[in-house]
Amino acid sequence: MNIKDIFLFSLYAITANRLRLFLMLLAMSIGVGAVVILTSLGEGARSYVTDQFSSLGTNLIIVLPGRTETAGNQAGMLFGKIPRDLTLYDANALNRSPYIKKIAPISIGSASISYKQLDREGPIIGTTSTFLSIRHLSMAQGKFLPETEYDRSSPVCVIGAKIKRELFINENPLGKWVRIGDRRFRVIGITASEGRSIGVDIEELVLIPVASAQALFNNPSLFRILVEAKNRNMIKSASMDTERIIRERHQGKDDVTIITQDAVLGTFDKIFTALTYTVGGIAAISLFVAGILIMNVMLVTVAQRTSEIGLLKAVGASQKQITLLFLGEAILLSFIGALFGIGAGFMITQIANVFFTDFTLLPPLWALITAMIIALTTGILFGLLPARRAARLDPVTALSRR
Amino acid sequence: MVHAPQLTPRNPKTNIMIRLEKVERTFQVGDQLVTALNKVDLDIQAGEYISIMGPSGSGKSTLLNILGLLDQPTGGRYMLDGKDVTSLTEDEQAHTRQQKIGFVFQFFHLIPRLTAAANIELPMILAGIPEAERKERIHTLLKAIGLENRADHRPAQLSGGQLQRIAIARAAVMQPKVLLADEPTGNLDQHSGSEIINLLEELNGNGLTLIVVTHDINIGRRAHRHIQIVDGIISSDDKKKI
Repeated sequence: MNIKDIFLFSLYAITANRLRLFLMLLAMSIGVGAVVILTSLGEGARSYVTDQFSSLGTNLIIVLPGRTETAGNQAGMLFGKIPRDLTLYDANALNRSPYIKKIAPISIGSASISYKQLDREGPIIGTTSTFLSIRHLSMAQGKFLPETEYDRSSPVCVIGAKIKRELFINENPLGKWVRIGDRRFRVIGITASEGRSIGVDIEELVLIPVASAQALFNNPSLFRILVEAKNRNMIKSASMDTERIIRERHQGKDDVTIITQDAVLGTFDKIFTALTYTVGGIAAISLFVAGILIMNVMLVTVAQRTSEIGLLKAVGASQKQITLLFLGEAILLSFIGALFGIGAGFMITQIANVFFTDFTLLPPLWALITAMIIALTTGILFGLLPARRAARLDPVTALSRR
Repeated sequence: MVHAPQLTPRNPKTNIMIRLEKVERTFQVGDQLVTALNKVDLDIQAGEYISIMGPSGSGKSTLLNILGLLDQPTGGRYMLDGKDVTSLTEDEQAHTRQQKIGFVFQFFHLIPRLTAAANIELPMILAGIPEAERKERIHTLLKAIGLENRADHRPAQLSGGQLQRIAIARAAVMQPKVLLADEPTGNLDQHSGSEIINLLEELNGNGLTLIVVTHDINIGRRAHRHIQIVDGIISSDDKKKI
């Protein structure tokens, strides 16, 4: 009795009862399909978040004023007061580090922007020309902010596509003057729309030179400094240099927070991978249930086919052969069910991808392999008991049943 | 096949294939111990044609099951081809059944989802006979039983007589030494019943030992040796002059 014989015998056996076959395959494919879909959701979420964070820039280090730590005992901390401002001069000083490629200071505030009778309230970002390349933005029309000294203000602005639509409707905004707060700026460029990135809609941005923003909001303190390291290997040195330079400028106080993009990415990656494992594990429970169903159905099968088992024994089947024949059925059922489940899971994720374009679902390979292995293992595990029961039947009693 | 030396050659001239020595079979039914076979002694030579008859519950089916190694005696010894088969393990007994014993049942016991040819093939699959030879043997047998054009029919599409012929082909396909038939005509009409008996006798004519358990006195008489069982004891055992 070779594999082919066992396979054919099992195939005839499972196809003999169509309803039973359908129900078993359904149960198994729901289990496997659930694993496939849920793990691809987890994977999708992970790659979505990391992609979003990566799109902020490459080899990025972010410097925030203030330091959130419990060790500090400064009175100001209690009231959430920042001990020392992060200034344009701090930002400029970072350019001294050999590990840093470029920096972009960011100052932020909210003001109304108006053109003719249209008016819109929104965030205004003050920054420099380097912002464009650090944040991987590109221009749809016109030019970005001019390369000037940081402390040089000039009345120009760059707007996002949505601002353009809402304020200018069908007019060409280039060269037009808008009013931001109580000052006038000339529109010199429109950024290309590239979707969202971490909650900030690029289409809604209004960018002005950093010195102009500081004057506009009357606030010399920077909101952030974006620092781009020269390459991936220099991120660590660049962040240490940043810390050192700012400490020197702040009378030896470590009063800024430095976040490297890599560390954040790593954390996100870990969290979402754990999430994927968790949902995959929960889905695997349904596989287990499918396994129990297979056992149940196989037990019924053994009871129904008692006289067949008696006959097999009469014509010389050994216990091992009968075990193999019935185990073959359970394995075949779980294997075909798993294939259907993987197919259905793939199809559903592909359909979902058509409808939710900014969130890509792709079942991870390890999940497919694991789901298949678990399906086969449950098939073997839960098929073993019924198969053994069949093998141990007494031939005389088995044959006397019709 | 190496023949083990005969332990107790009662009659060295004959070729004794089956020897039962004080074979006993008891069943526990509730608190009672029921004796189905009571110290039965029986010698059967190769090529014999025997009918076993007796009233219901006399133990004739038990005797047949023990002869077919489906059931184990609770006492005594069973020698098959000079070899003690009482002490074999279950799988060894299965192997012996496969190689030496063919069964024909009252209710045919064909597997309904398999075609006639696949039913005949089954013992050969279990025995690990190569596919080409299987096909050849099936073809020869189907021809011999006159059902060549029914090879791909399923049991549900065949008549009782045809089913029993398929079952006989399945029993003969491994070229056994003994064919055990338990009421082979019990579920058939007169005409197909006698066809089946003719087929079995034909096999016996080719040297196969044939043992038929039956209720039908006419069929029982056709055998060359008649064994009567009453209450687990062989009450009469007469041989026709051949």
